Amino acid sequence: MQTLTVNGNNLEVDAEPDTPLLWVLREQLGLTGTKYGCGVAACGACTVHIDGMPVRSCQVQLQDVRPEETITTIEGLSPDLSHPIQQAWLELDVPQCGYCQSGQIMAAAAFLKDYPDPTDEDIKAGMTNLCRCGTYNRIKAGIKRAAELS
Amino acid sequence: MSVGKPLPHDAAHLHVTGAARYVDDIPAPANALSLAFGLSHVAAGTITAMDLSAVRAAPGVVAVLTAEDLPFDNDVSPSNHDEPLLATGEVHYMGQPVFMVVADSHLNARKAARLGRVEIDPRGPILSIESAMEADSRFEDGPRIWTKGDVGQALQDAPRRLQGRIEMGGQEHFYLEGHAALALPQEGGDMVVHSSTQHPTEIQHKVAEALGVPMNAVRVEVRRMGGGFGGKESQGNALAVACAVAARATGRPCRMRYDRDDDMVITGKRHDFRIDYDVGYDDTGRVLAVDFTQMTRCGWAMDLSLPVADRAMLHADNAYLLDAVRITSHRLKTNTQSATAYRGFGGPQGVLGIERVMDEVAHALGMDAADVRRRNYYRAMGDVAGGPAPRPADSPRSFPTEMKEGDIASRGSQAFDDDRAEVGVASENTTPYGMKVADFILHEMTDALLERCDYFARRDAIAQWNAENGLLKRGIAFSPVKFGISFTLTHLNQAGALVHVYQDGSVHMNHGGTEMGQGLFQKVAQVAASRFGIGVDRVKITATDTGKVPNTSATAASSGSDLNGMAVQAACDTIRDRIAACLAELHQCSAEDVRFADGRVRVGGEDMSFTRAVQTAYENRVSLSATGFYKTPDLAWDRIKGQGRPFFYFAQGAAVTEVVIDTLTGENRILRTDILHDAGASLNPGLDIGQVEGGYVQGAGWLTTEELVWDDKGRLTTHAPSTYKIPACSDRPGVFNVDLWDQPNPAQTVYRSKAVGEPPFMLGISAHLALSDACAACGPAYPDLQAPATAEEVLRAVTRARG
Ligand code: FES
Ligand code: FES
Repeated sequence: MQTLTVNGNNLEVDAEPDTPLLWVLREQLGLTGTKYGCGVAACGACTVHIDGMPVRSCQVQLQDVRPEETITTIEGLSPDLSHPIQQAWLELDVPQCGYCQSGQIMAAAAFLKDYPDPTDEDIKAGMTNLCRCGTYNRIKAGIKRAAELS
Repeated sequence: MSVGKPLPHDAAHLHVTGAARYVDDIPAPANALSLAFGLSHVAAGTITAMDLSAVRAAPGVVAVLTAEDLPFDNDVSPSNHDEPLLATGEVHYMGQPVFMVVADSHLNARKAARLGRVEIDPRGPILSIESAMEADSRFEDGPRIWTKGDVGQALQDAPRRLQGRIEMGGQEHFYLEGHAALALPQEGGDMVVHSSTQHPTEIQHKVAEALGVPMNAVRVEVRRMGGGFGGKESQGNALAVACAVAARATGRPCRMRYDRDDDMVITGKRHDFRIDYDVGYDDTGRVLAVDFTQMTRCGWAMDLSLPVADRAMLHADNAYLLDAVRITSHRLKTNTQSATAYRGFGGPQGVLGIERVMDEVAHALGMDAADVRRRNYYRAMGDVAGGPAPRPADSPRSFPTEMKEGDIASRGSQAFDDDRAEVGVASENTTPYGMKVADFILHEMTDALLERCDYFARRDAIAQWNAENGLLKRGIAFSPVKFGISFTLTHLNQAGALVHVYQDGSVHMNHGGTEMGQGLFQKVAQVAASRFGIGVDRVKITATDTGKVPNTSATAASSGSDLNGMAVQAACDTIRDRIAACLAELHQCSAEDVRFADGRVRVGGEDMSFTRAVQTAYENRVSLSATGFYKTPDLAWDRIKGQGRPFFYFAQGAAVTEVVIDTLTGENRILRTDILHDAGASLNPGLDIGQVEGGYVQGAGWLTTEELVWDDKGRLTTHAPSTYKIPACSDRPGVFNVDLWDQPNPAQTVYRSKAVGEPPFMLGISAHLALSDACAACGPAYPDLQAPATAEEVLRAVTRARG
């Protein structure tokens, strides 16, 4: 048994200590908004925040997470869709198939904290999640719009 | 009216909160089991022994199944019955499923699958085009050959002539959501299957065969896919069938998902092609004759390779009127993954062939390549006598008395289609396959685009810039696309819909199309809302379900909204007309005078809410549920002769791409892209522009960074995102302008819109041509750039250009 703080809740989980956090979230806690895309830190579909920092949860083992660290998933980003990234994403209709978008949104939300007024070059360098639908044009526009909104 | 508005994707709110459910997100019952395949480690050979005792003894394992344990059909092919779910004696590619493990968790199943000892007596695999040609290893008896005019003579008579070859690699789909399925056993041996598939009816059919039950005992549901791109037209069969068979064997729900590397190693990809060309042309850049030889590696099983190769032939002309042309197509059987559908379905390969010809002709003449292209265009819509092509005469159809071998709902079944349409060959402005091009609008589109993006001035500026810079070179290129819309297997051009209107005025809509991100559901909902004159928020879009709409075609060939939009329209109109008739009778007026708009219904002098009108109809015992059906008119196609009208219309587009290359490293970047794309009168410009952007990015990826490599044993060495590079945010063009050419489709499509899923993919070809242009700036010779134009290939092309 291990305690995790996820989206503001303290939760007990029972899994092997080397289980990737991604699978703990999806299979133990039923938080299926976080997606599996590659399992090798290459796509970013599994991005969540730990203490506000973006991490690729397929690369974090359960045993590496301390109980006092706060984990935020897409389900906990805002209670009411009010996060500027979510707002901008809706306004510009960024997602196509949507599968990569939880990860994109979590990565963008963290990125926006570091770059409140990002340039195109900042976005190019900072947003490394993959999207096979090719929504990159709107991801860029969405981040810029979110910067205006926040 | 909601049609034509840029309304957001139907699941937009769910996507940004993580609540949108994909197959592997569906909560399975607690006793659910997970599956994994044990794979062949040899590309070709005979299985001599199998020891699976360690697999059976592994933790969590409930069952291990081989081909012998399958009670009924052991086949997941969409065409030729040549694709066993589990290998039977022979193996045909490295990665072929040999046995399957059923365990209490995904991890346990996967770990156990690695413990299998399969001994295989290897044979020398056939891997390359050369070795397949040498061994005459192919599908069909020989090459398909279509001709128009006297090619031999025209080549001989042409004042100028050139020959060349372009190799183009395949492409991994890399849908972000890998394949997944979940089978839930029901009472009486029935099965419910959730699958990430573009073709629910195909899954239903294959599962029924594998369980030895009729199709009515299997129900398949698909709410959405995390990307499909053609990769989920047939390649999901294996997982769905495996889950259903295991669920039946164990009596427990079974689920399966491929890990990314398994997905890449097991499933088919885009067909790679080699195209040889022999071209006759004149001093003005007019192409007088072309002889194309297309060779493609289809992999080990037939799958959809025949229609893919047909479509490559059908697009060997792209936008150009060719008076003398021969296309020879070799469909080669190799010991590799069975190549399958991928956005464009062979079209992009065919188009790249002729675009390459235009590029080389322009280079040889020292002319601007955009000018050469325009010189060779089909004649414009207004300049073609006689308007649209005449409706071909209906030919007598044969009605087979029993079902033919193969799957009639699959594009692969055209190998068995013996329907021979008689078609007249139109004499002017015709394609190599005898179809008159009556809706060609690329002249106007090209003028508008070149003007809008300042093509000629930028061309000159780039030449100037290149003269001043030694290390970096820029390139710019224009390319058009004309893409034929319809399934080339004519009978697939049909769709059904089911619409209910409830007493509270809310609408429940279902059709045969599947949602994979293209926005189909929202577009079709907009059609439904427009027919009833209500807001789209009152239309509920429900998961595709073989129990609601049967006998669906795959959501493929860009046909989703054309077909299903029309079917939904028909269903809505039936209900609307019933309501109108009821109200007209009550108000003593004519049904035509009943108006549905803005959520209101006006009849006689009265104005009531849509809900009130619905309630009135209900109280008067009017049925508020209807099916709708649509079939595309005016199609007739003989694929053996290569003659007829396989397409209802052509969707068109034009792009200009500017790139820069580093001549020391071959590294390159897209600087700017301008696109003008024809979506007819767009049903939803927001969604359509998204498709154009995404299609372009994917097309450019295919021709630049995405390289598939097999070693000499037949092992796919690029089976992870670390070695196979799809476009990332940093590969997005620095400037990216996309506009729609918003003109109604002359063909009678739903609200005069055009299909948009695949055509823009081919606009990515302009990126490859721009790279060729940049390489050409390095020297006098033709750079002969191959595809994909990886950094290494760009370097080689630079060297070739230097001569
Ligand atoms: S699943 Fe974690 S980065 Fe791809
Ligand atoms: S929206 Fe489909 S992968 Fe990004």
